[in-house]
Amino acid sequence: MMNEIGMVLLIIGVAFDLLGCIGIVRLPDVYNRLQASTKSVTLGTWLILLGVFFISGGFTAMGIKALICIFFIVLASPTAAHALARGAHISGVKLWEKSVCDKYEEDKSK
Amino acid sequence: MTYLLIILGICCFLCLYRIARGPTAADRAVATDILGILVVGFCGFFSLKAKQDWYMNIALIWALLGFIGAITLAKYLEGKHFDE
Repeated sequence: MMNEIGMVLLIIGVAFDLLGCIGIVRLPDVYNRLQASTKSVTLGTWLILLGVFFISGGFTAMGIKALICIFFIVLASPTAAHALARGAHISGVKLWEKSVCDKYEEDKSK
Repeated sequence: MTYLLIILGICCFLCLYRIARGPTAADRAVATDILGILVVGFCGFFSLKAKQDWYMNIALIWALLGFIGAITLAKYLEGKHFDE
């Protein structure tokens, strides 16, 4: 039973990873790519590691390390994405020409 | 499980395409960050396939070092020095 739950989680996680990486190729500018790829790839890797936790049979050495790794990924990845978006904006990367609004620029010019 | 590993490899090649092609430095930084997170998933798969738990140690260290690398790239993009 644990094995089947783990396999389903692995398949869902790889599907999310694939969608995020298609997003990183297809979307038009760096902010769109960041928002598509970071969130879905973080969720996909999270689910893969949860599947590893289930397949390895619960609280074994591998499973506990997978849980710690989930904690680090969930904590670190959005922070890194935020810092990268801020750095890209400060370094002067232009938005896509069909983008609707830029609240950060409005806040800076106040 | 082998098919899932092949799909993850395709994901890594899509990220490498963006690193090679990306018009700005920020694109390359984002793709590098994503590639690091994908490698953590790879390590999870390898630990299941080889039934060796030390692959998860690599995944842990890779997650932390990828975070530090992304923060460093962001600092570089802001145009500051690393000790500010």
